[in-house]
This record gives sequence, C-alpha cells and structure tokens, in this order.
Amino acid sequence: MSTVDANFLVLIPLFPLLGAAIIGVLSLHAVARGKSPARPLVNGVACLMPALSFVFVCIGYFKLKGSGAEGAALAQTLYTWMEAGAFKVDVAFLFDNLSCLYLAFVTFVGTLIHVYSIGYMAHDEGFARYMAYLNLFMFSMIMLVLGSSLPLMFVGWEGVGLCSYLLIGFWFNDEAKASAGKKAFIINRIGDFGFVVGMALIFIQCNGLLDYPGLVSHVAANKAVLGTSGVVTAACLLLFLGCAGKSAQLPLYVWLPDAMAGPTPVSALIHAATMVTAGIYLVVRMGFLYILSPTAMAVVATVGALTALFAAIIGFLQYDIKKVLAYSTVSQLGFMFMAVGVGAFSAGVFHVVTHAFFKACLFLGAGSVIHAMHGEQDIRNMGGLRKLMPWTYWTFVISWLAIIGCPPFSGFFSKDEILWQTLTAHHNISHGLAVVLWAIGFVAAGCTAYYMTRLVILTFWGEGRADEETRKHIHESPRSMVIPLVVLAAGAGILGFFGLPHVIVDHSVVNDWLLGTFTAYGLPDADHGAAAKEWAMMGCSVLIAAAGAGIALLFYVKKPELPAVLLPKLKGLYTFIHNKYYVDELYEAIIVKPIFRISKSILYGIGDVIIIEGIVNGVAGLMRDVGARLRPIQTGDTRVYARWIMGATILTIALVFWLAVV
Amino acid sequence: MTGIFFDMQDHLLSILTFAPLIGLLVILLMSGRAVNGIRWFTLVLTLAIFLVSLSLVSRFSADASGFQLLERAEWFSTLRISYLLGVDGLSLWLVMLVTFLSPIVVLSSWRAIDDHVKEFHLMVLLLQMAMTGTLVSLDLMLFFVFWELMLIPMFLMIGIWGGKRRIYASVKFFIYTMAGSALMLVAIFYIGYKYSFDLTLILQEYTLSRQEQLWLFAAFTISFAIKVPMFPLHTWLPDAHVEAPTAGSVILAGVLLKMGTYGFVRFAVPLFPEAALAAAPLFKTLAVIGIIYGALVAMVQTDMKKLVAYSSVSHLGVVMLGIFTFSELGVKGGIYQMIGHGLSTGSLFLLVGIIYERRHKRMISDFGGIMHVMPLYGVCFMIATLSSVGLPGLNGFIGEIMVIISAVRDHVVWGVLAASGMILGAVYMLWMVQRVFFGEIKHEENRGLKDLSLREALVMLPLIIMMFVMGVVTTPFTSRMTVSVNEQIVDRIETVRVLQAMDSDSVVAHGDMIESTKDRHSEDIVNALAASRSSAARRFDPGTVAGPSTDGVPFAAERRQRGDGAP
Repeated sequence: MSTVDANFLVLIPLFPLLGAAIIGVLSLHAVARGKSPARPLVNGVACLMPALSFVFVCIGYFKLKGSGAEGAALAQTLYTWMEAGAFKVDVAFLFDNLSCLYLAFVTFVGTLIHVYSIGYMAHDEGFARYMAYLNLFMFSMIMLVLGSSLPLMFVGWEGVGLCSYLLIGFWFNDEAKASAGKKAFIINRIGDFGFVVGMALIFIQCNGLLDYPGLVSHVAANKAVLGTSGVVTAACLLLFLGCAGKSAQLPLYVWLPDAMAGPTPVSALIHAATMVTAGIYLVVRMGFLYILSPTAMAVVATVGALTALFAAIIGFLQYDIKKVLAYSTVSQLGFMFMAVGVGAFSAGVFHVVTHAFFKACLFLGAGSVIHAMHGEQDIRNMGGLRKLMPWTYWTFVISWLAIIGCPPFSGFFSKDEILWQTLTAHHNISHGLAVVLWAIGFVAAGCTAYYMTRLVILTFWGEGRADEETRKHIHESPRSMVIPLVVLAAGAGILGFFGLPHVIVDHSVVNDWLLGTFTAYGLPDADHGAAAKEWAMMGCSVLIAAAGAGIALLFYVKKPELPAVLLPKLKGLYTFIHNKYYVDELYEAIIVKPIFRISKSILYGIGDVIIIEGIVNGVAGLMRDVGARLRPIQTGDTRVYARWIMGATILTIALVFWLAVV
Repeated sequence: MTGIFFDMQDHLLSILTFAPLIGLLVILLMSGRAVNGIRWFTLVLTLAIFLVSLSLVSRFSADASGFQLLERAEWFSTLRISYLLGVDGLSLWLVMLVTFLSPIVVLSSWRAIDDHVKEFHLMVLLLQMAMTGTLVSLDLMLFFVFWELMLIPMFLMIGIWGGKRRIYASVKFFIYTMAGSALMLVAIFYIGYKYSFDLTLILQEYTLSRQEQLWLFAAFTISFAIKVPMFPLHTWLPDAHVEAPTAGSVILAGVLLKMGTYGFVRFAVPLFPEAALAAAPLFKTLAVIGIIYGALVAMVQTDMKKLVAYSSVSHLGVVMLGIFTFSELGVKGGIYQMIGHGLSTGSLFLLVGIIYERRHKRMISDFGGIMHVMPLYGVCFMIATLSSVGLPGLNGFIGEIMVIISAVRDHVVWGVLAASGMILGAVYMLWMVQRVFFGEIKHEENRGLKDLSLREALVMLPLIIMMFVMGVVTTPFTSRMTVSVNEQIVDRIETVRVLQAMDSDSVVAHGDMIESTKDRHSEDIVNALAASRSSAARRFDPGTVAGPSTDGVPFAAERRQRGDGAP
C-alpha cells in the first residue's frame, strides 16, 4: 500500500476535540458561577467543529482521488504514543478509501444531528454539557475510524463508549437513566476485554505489528502459516466479541434498548448511525485477517443473521417508539454482520451508510414527535400526527420505505445486495450455511417491514389518541430540527443509486470506491451468479417486504379487531416476546446475582473476614495467650526464681554427664 | 555557603532525601500554636523540593547504563556499611512521585488536620525523607534503615489522626509489615557479610548459588509482598486505609504500596534471578488472584475508602503480573502502572477525604445525587474514576495494556485473567459513582454540600493534569526506564534461562533455535555464557550478554533494541 503524507489529517479529529474542550471549559466556568453559558456561542462552536471536520474529510477525498494510484492512502504520523521493546504505537492516521467513506457519513450525519440538537435541547439547562459530550463523541468516533492501528482504534472505541455512557445517563437525576448508561459501559467492557486480548494475540502472532498497513502486508506474505493457525481464529473471534458489545449483537445486545434513555438525537447519532457500526468497521478493517479463518467468518455471519431475526421479532410487540427503533437497529446491524461474515465487505459497509441516513432520520423523526408531545414515547398514545406534523411525517415515510426495502429507496439496494451476496456466497463460508443464513435474513426482512409499518400506522395514521391537553400543543418542530430531517430523508431516498446491483450497472460507485482498500486484502472475486436469478431474488425481496407491510396494514388498519382475536390463542408466545425473551432477567439470575453473592458472602465474608483475618488475628491472639500463660513465671518472688535456677542447674549437669557417658 | 551550593549538583540525591529533615528541624523550633506558619512553611518547602527534583529528570540520562548520580561515602566501615545513593530508570519516576505528591498532601490536610498540627507536619516530612531514602539507597543496610523508618511516621499518622479503630489498624499495620521486615534483615545480614552490602557491587561481581537465592528470595519477598500487598497478605490494607487520615491514605496508596513492588524490581529479582524465575508461576498466580479477588471484593464494599483500598489490591496485582513476565514490555508496564496508580488512587482517596471532611461520613449509602450540589467535585471524581478503570487517553490505560499484552504473550491464561480485571474495574467504580453522584439527592443534609473550594481545586488540578499527560505522552517516561529494565531484570532473567537450558543438556536444541533466528551474535553469548558458567567463580559480567534472546521467540529485537546498553 502506498501512502502519501498529508499534514491536515490531524485537523479532522482536532476540531471536535477543541470544541469539546472549549465548551467544557465554558460549561465548568458557568457551573462554578451558578449561571448558564451563552447559548449561541455554545451552539455555534458545537456545530461548527464537526462541520469543519467534514470539510477536511472532503479535502481528503479529493486529494485521495487526485493521487490516482489504486489503493493509495493518505497518512500522517504525529508522535510515538507508547513504546516498550517490540511494542510500539504511533499516533498516526490512515485515510484510505474505507476510512474516507466512513468519515464522510460520520461527520456529515454528525453535523446534521448537532444542528438538530440546538432545537431539541432548546429548553434544557444542561445543553452546554450535552454539546461538549457530543463534540467529544465526534472526536472519539473520528479517532476510531482514522487511527492507523488497533490501539488507536481502541482509543476511539473506548472514547465513544465513554460518551455513550455520559449521554445515556445525561439526565442523571433519573436513576434508571444513569443506570442504563452504566449498563452500556459495563457490557461494552466485556466486549473491550475481547478487543484487548484479541489485539494482544495479533501482536504476538504478527511479529509485534498492530498498524493496518503493516499487518496487511505481513498477512499477505504469511498467508499459508497464518491460515492454519488457530490463533488467528481465536483473535478474530475475540475481536468479534468486542464488535458484539459495541454493535449490540447476540449475546451482548441488551444494553442498546436501555440506551434509549438518552436524549433522542444521541440515540440517532450514537446508537443508530455511527458508534454502533464501529463493530462492522472493525471486522472490515481487519477483513484481511478474518478471511483467513472460515470459522470466524461463519460465526460472524451466523451471529449477524440470528440477531437480525431475533431483534426484529422483539420489535413486533414494543410500544415505546424509541425501543422499536432500537430493536430495529440491532436487527439491521445483524444484517451488516451477516454481509461481512460472508465476505461481502462492500455490501456491509454500504448498508452501514444507507442505514446511517434512514435510521438517523427515523430517530430524529421520533425525536420530533416526542418533542412535540412533551416527552410522550408510547405509540399507543399517539396516532393522527400525519396532518399535524407534515414535515416530520413525510421524512419519516421516506425513511420507512427505505428501511423496509421498497425500491428505489436506498435501503432496498443495500439490503438486497446483502441478501443476494449471502445467497451466492461460497468462498469464505460453506454454501449450505450461506443458504440457511439467507433464509433467516429473508424472513427478518419481512419482519422488518411488519414492525416498521406498524410503527408508522400507530404513530401517524388514524385518530389521535393523546389527551386533549397534549393534542392542543402538538406542532411541527422548529426549523433547526426540520432541515436535518429533510437532508437525511433525501439521503435515505437517493443514496441507493451509488450502490446499484450488478445486473443494472457493471460497477457500482460504492463498490468500486471500496475496492481501493479491499484489493490489498486479496479477496476472491465476487461471483455475480445468473442475472435472471438476481432479478428474481430482487422480486422476492420486494414481495416479502410487501407481505410484511401488508400484514401490518391488515392488523392495524383493515381489521384492527384481529389482534384481539388472535391474542388469547398466542398468550404464552406473546408474553414471551413482549418481555424480550426474558434475556435481561436471565442474565441477572445466572450471572450478575451469583457473582455478587459469591463476592459478598464467600470471597469477602468467608475469604477475607473469616479465613485470612481469622488467621491474622488468630496469630496475634495466640501470641497474647502464650504471653499471658508465661506471665506467671515472672512472679518477682526470689525463692521461685531460685528454684528455677536450681532445677536448671541440675538438668544441665545431668545432661553433661549423660553426654560424657555416651 | 558557597561550598554547599557548589556541591549541590553532586549531591542532588542527598539533598532530595535530607531536605525534609532540615525542614523538620526548623518546624521543631517553631511554636506549636503557629499552625498556619507551619503549614505554609511545609508547603513551600515541599514545593521547593519538588522543583529541585525536576533537575533530577533533566540530569538523568536515558541512555546511560547502571546507576546515575551516585554518591558514595564511608559510613560504618568496620561493619562494611556505606552511604551509597543512586538512581536509575526503575526508581527515577517513583522519586518524582514522592516529591510530586508531598505538597499535594500538605495542601490537602490544611483544614482536615486541626490538632497536633506541628506533629502532623513533622510526620509528613519524616515520611518524605524515609520514602526518598528508600528509593535512592543502594546499600542494603541503608535501604533497610529507611525502609523501617517509613513505618514509624505512618504508624503514628494512623494512630493519632486516624478514625475510630485507629489503634487496631495502626498496630496491625505496624506488626504486619514489621514481621515481614525481620526476615529481610536476616537476609541482608547474610548477603552483607558473605558478599557485600553494596548493591552495585553484588550485582556486578557475584552470582549467588541456587540454594542461597531461594532462601534469600523468600526472605525478601515476604517483606515486599506484605507491602504490595499481594493476596493473601492484603488484609492490613483496608483497615489501614479506612482508619488513616486522608493524607495518610494518599501517601499509603500513592507511594508506600509501591515500595513493595519497587522492592521486587530493585532487589528481589535482580539479586536472585534464578529464584525469581522459579517462583514466577507462584507470583503470577497470586497476582491474577489479586486482580480478580480484589476487584470482586471491592465490588461489594459499602465504605468508599474500603472500596478504593480493595481496588488497590487489584491494581497492584497488575503491577506484579507485569514484573513477573520479565519482559521489557511487562516490567515497563508494571512501573507505569505503579506511577499511574499513585496518581489515580491518590486522587480517589483525596476526593473521598474531601467529602468526608464535609459530612464525616464515607458510606456509599450516605450519599446519592450529590452531582447536583457538587458538580466540579463530580467531574474530578469522574476523571479519577476513568483513570482508575484504564480509559485510553488517561494514565491508567498505558500500564494496563502493556501488562496485558505481555501477559498474553507469557501465557494466554494470565492475559485473559488480567484483562477480565478490566471489566470488573468498570463495574465497581462506575457502580460507586452511580450510587454516590447520580439520581435525586437522597439525604436532605447533603443538599447544603459545598462544591470544591479553591484550595481543593488546586489540590486536584495537578493530579488531573498529570493523568492526562501520562495518558497521552508516555515515551518521556518509558524511554528513561528502558536501559535499567533491561539491565536489571530482562537480561538477568534471560541469562538464567540460557544457563538453565544449557544445564539441561539442551544446548544443541537451543543452538538450532538460534540458528533459526538467524542472529549472528547469539552464538557469541552462548559461548560467553558457557565460559562464565564453567569458571569456578560463576562470575559473569552483564556486559558479555550482548546478543539477542535465544528462546526462539520473534521478539529478540525487543530485548536488544538498545545497542548502548552494555558497558
């Protein structure tokens, strides 16, 4: 891989960091004086910084394109961060086609959400703290993507986790919300554990290398050795544990629905568009290693597919507008992992990008609704908002069509590409498994259409179910919130044309662009299969989406009495799904409680207090006792002492004689 | 006078060690009622010492081999005990940690200590002298004198200014650590009279027999392991911390515990490498038990101080694990973790102290929701917490990641267990933060709590700055450790490994491995080592060990990066 030095790369993460620092200081200063900092200043800085990052990402894009060479990348090395023997980590940035694409949507969507937040947080006292965290998040996310080595990615990885923690628990006076933040951080730490150990294994296996360009060439040169090594599989699986934590996959997805406790723009930015896709980025970034291990690939794809279906089904019966979207995100992330697991890296990344737009738009739309309804999140109390909030409604509809896979909206192309690539996969994964995964994904796509349609119907259609007082105040959101919605909806609508399927165009824009990075991985050429079959599968995708949407229409518009009839027959199943399969309760019962109990009563209660302290104090007590017993000897009575001396003398003489005789 | 100043440059270590003693004499002459005078004087003095100590860093050469700024004088020549001071990459940053924390400790006790102010400051200064002395002594007897001297002021500090069970805690602390030292004294006598008290001389001239090493190592390590404290010798620590005044806790967590781990890298491992290698599995096991056990027990504590105390057991386990991987990465990580832990845990104790001063309570359940009334305090606490849980960008991460990677390389089981401490660390720290700071205010009497005062902010600021600095810029710290870590630990252990491999008649096998690593110098060392092995004195010059490692691992480069290491 050839790299071109580019000294401006550091600016991309630096701007938001600077923003976070400035706003943080303003905020602390204000807090110390018991006042609020100036709103326009804080808002201006907060929105300007990610926008500047976006500008420099664009500059980077043109430079990268201008360099001409295939697989070229821009790079910048600042200084050595850590060094001990073979372990050397530079603070260095790598701007290649993959990171360029990722950064482009991260900074673009990020900036829009900052703008949206101005309106959303307009009545919140803590807006400065909020903006500081949001800027800090942008910095961390950019570091995650732009860093040129695994340890640097880990800096961003932990940074976004921290910001997520802080923002989920943003309204910390509500203990449940603070608790959700803590849960997110701790579950992510389980993933981070995998990341760190996996990174250590790669370090050991790959000659102490941790930077991507070095690893790519090392792996290319040692394919034969590494391909047969179980360590590579172990490392990939451990890294994937990290992904499962960050990107909310089975079995670590449980934090994401709770994370909806945070302000809604945060859910849009962090828990839908950007941070949660970091796991896909990691797998794709380390794709050259993953393709050496069919086992790891199969695990990634299978977990992805199962998560896609599993979460979609939970989405059926949720009544919190944000929770529905949260499970939808988990499900969509599952699709992405299914894609990268079968080796369709470009398709996975493309879905990341389209998902960032339509899901951010959906979340912001939901935020707009919640904002208008003064915090109401239960869709049973909504309905009839179509007329009252036209901008929100229409942007929501576009994103809805995108997510359920209605052509020609973006989600159709990206999701269909994933399904098609899964169905035809046979290089990195056995074909039989691929077909099974495809079937799971196909069903999950139908489920998606069902729960999303249900959401739209209950929220926007029909009669308003809110109380009079709330209805009176429902209004379209301010312009700072509507404009981002429109821009995102536009993206959700048209982005699909950058990733048209092979039967329509020979070279899709996204695919070609990403090849710049993936060529070096040595991926086998994609098999395009028969064109007729691909058209047919596209038709099937549309049909399953239509079926899902149709059932939702049937249940909630045409025959609203039907669910009530069906419900008693499926009572058990309903309760089971409605309670999210009792996974949280299961974890609580088999992991959290036992660990806590064992720590408290056995380790601390028995180990420390009784055994160790018992021995320590026992020894001390023994000394005291022995002393006490021996004390009577020291009577101070001369006659007693004389007797002792007498006895000892006789004994000594006897001993001497005895020794002499023997 | 001019003479003294002229000599200052040559006696920097003596000055750093004994300047507190001079201050102590001055305070003795001051009236006990001039409390503010005493406070200001001590603060200025400790600050001045810190400033002087900065020249230690600037004068320290990262590339020089052996000890630097050596000072040698006859002391008890009939007993062969000398006054010998010196510093190297293992002790440099710990000395800096002492001088850095001292003014902070003085400033933090401004209000907390109200009675016996004069005596308290005497103790602080005495303690600083003893700690510095311990770190720079290179004569075993001199080291022991300072080592024991550390106990007395700490004992008094807990016993006089401590909490309710202070007598129990202080006696326990004293007897526990004293018991360990007794055996070390015997061992020191043995080494002193058989060989020498002069550490530099022993390291260069003598190799102790395996039998000797095992016994002496055991005697030394009991003392050190108590101090660390390693599981299961840790139970003095929670008591001492809980009862100690804030200043005592800070010094205890910040520096005193590191004396144990320092003892390992300075004495136990370099002097007895064969024994250390043999005992490594035991120590690594105890270290990982400490990491996990400490974390789990910390999780269920209800007393904030006790929680932080148990977290120390966990963190020091990481240090021990790093040291006993005997690799440059692990040992450096361990030392980094020592400094990092001094900053983060020191801060946490200060912060708990700040709130204790206000409410005279430190149970977690006594608080809740105090973020509303003490936002600045909350921010400081959060940063210290994140540093403690090893968030990248802060100091705690660096040592942790280095140790984990080197532990995985050593054996994946150690690595996995050590890394699981990462998860548990987040659990107990964030849970505490949650219960203390978030939610609504639970107790009405907490509503009136005052946020950090200017003085308290000044106490926290340097610590927080250093947490960031040591998280972002690490090479100025680690590069000054490189030579010493390799000379004192990595090479010595490597030599033992090579010798043992030769003893077990696997010379041929090893030769093959060397062949395969394609390194020209390798055979030279093996030959040199073989020669030194066969010589009756079993004397070896570390300088001959100038080739790469021979264990066939592709990390030869790590141990060999510095070409200038050997004299």
